[in-house]
Amino acid sequence: MGMFRDRIAAIKPLFFLLCLLPLAHLVWDTLHDALGTDPVAQLEHRSGDWALRLLLATLAITPLRRVTGWHKAIRFRRMLGLFAFFYATVHLTIYAAIDLGGFWSQLLGEIAKRPYITLGFSAWLLLIPLAITSTQGMMRRLGRRWQRLHRLVYIAALLGVLHFLWLVKADHREPVIYLGVLLGLMLWRVPWRTLGRTLASGKSGQLPVRT
Amino acid sequence: MRIPFRDNLPASAITPEPLYRRRRDVLKLLGLGAVALGSGCSPEATPQAAAPAAPESIPGKSLTIARKLDTTMGETGTRYKDATHYNNFYEFGTGKSDPAANSGGFHPQPWNVEIAGHAEVTGHFTLEDILKPHPLEERIYRLRCVEAWSMVIPWVGFPLGDLLKRFKPTSQAKYVAFTTVQRPAEMPGLNYPVLNWPYREGLRMDEAMHPLTLLVVGMYGHALPNQNGAPLRLVVPWKYGFKGIKSIVKIEFTESQPTTTWNESAPDEYGFFSNVNPAVDHPRWSQKTERRIAGDGFNLFGNRIATKPFNGYADQVASLYAGMDMRKNF
Repeated sequence: MGMFRDRIAAIKPLFFLLCLLPLAHLVWDTLHDALGTDPVAQLEHRSGDWALRLLLATLAITPLRRVTGWHKAIRFRRMLGLFAFFYATVHLTIYAAIDLGGFWSQLLGEIAKRPYITLGFSAWLLLIPLAITSTQGMMRRLGRRWQRLHRLVYIAALLGVLHFLWLVKADHREPVIYLGVLLGLMLWRVPWRTLGRTLASGKSGQLPVRT
Repeated sequence: MRIPFRDNLPASAITPEPLYRRRRDVLKLLGLGAVALGSGCSPEATPQAAAPAAPESIPGKSLTIARKLDTTMGETGTRYKDATHYNNFYEFGTGKSDPAANSGGFHPQPWNVEIAGHAEVTGHFTLEDILKPHPLEERIYRLRCVEAWSMVIPWVGFPLGDLLKRFKPTSQAKYVAFTTVQRPAEMPGLNYPVLNWPYREGLRMDEAMHPLTLLVVGMYGHALPNQNGAPLRLVVPWKYGFKGIKSIVKIEFTESQPTTTWNESAPDEYGFFSNVNPAVDHPRWSQKTERRIAGDGFNLFGNRIATKPFNGYADQVASLYAGMDMRKNF
């Protein structure tokens, strides 16, 4: 492996570039007038899609580890989460800086007044502390609190999916797929066996949750 | 069956007096009367500003146009490619590019239209019978979608009112209801109940008879492409685009307000009238501004413009709604 600690460390830079591909594709299409009739809407939809996909991918890491036994997958989680935040930021920037162009005074009003924008903006806000505390140093410093704080990602993902669901006019098939994936990943986290045992033995109290 | 059509009468004898006057007012207000209604043979007399600068090759049968009118007073036009590849026609799929991609197997010929309801003349008519007596006009209109984007499109058609009069609607005819064709084999979007098919729309009688309300058979000088509602569609420029029902197979004169598809789907979001109104937001998004899709080539910035009441046609149509609360009757 030479300069890398192990194989994962060697793959990581490639994985980083892979996560940048959607952005490169967007930039390429923008420069080549390949975004179609309504380029601003395209930029918004595609950056938003990738924010959601990467957020769901982040939430899929734990189930993936448990199901496959490939525990090293955890080492990709932070990068996935940070890229989800990155694409959400690109998405918000395109909306605020390009789409609203010339009508910036509407921005705060729109965030407050339009439920789907309120949800999307809240999701982005929730991701900020998670991005800031994503470093090793922060993990050490926050200890147990780190895990509690990072459970915010579940709420952010739910808000993000609802943001998509709410803006659609009539055909809900695509956002419902995202919602289905999210629900699947959340249901997997419910400790069904422990839950069953606890209920059977009549004990209550805090249940362990797989994070 | 053929429709009796008397073409030896002066126009004023056929057209009801108030309507006739209003039509003249429309043209006067637009300041285009004599100019735009001239023969169009002198190039400087025909407004050209809205036509795309770079000529695009346009498929479809070329249409003979008797006269031209640019109601936008020279706003930059939308490219043919954009107006025909960015469509909401859910019968061919809900994506914007689905109609162009999925409408190749649709057959707009032969075509029949059923005329029904409160009129002296009703029955099934061929498209040729429907179109025959009407000279075609080009009208450049703004198209404002309820999704807050807009285009500027040169439609080819004739006033709907001119057609409706031929069937002699009775005094019970208070509304006109329209229905889109329903052919699951040719329209793949019909296989998914995203809306309650068939698509239906409607107008109040005075709206239907208004001279700006156009029955359209073409765009950009050529026959309508399938994805834009071939062979016959409605265009009501002061209303949100979904009121412009496509591929019409039935026109019915009704006494009560007809059920319309989007209103049925989400009554709190899409009203029967659906006049373009920046003061009444869609419950989920703002209608104060719109993203204008027009001009040559690609432009990321500066596309957002303020939406005008009645899409800029307030002088011509606001009187239709005098005394009505447009917040209730959105």
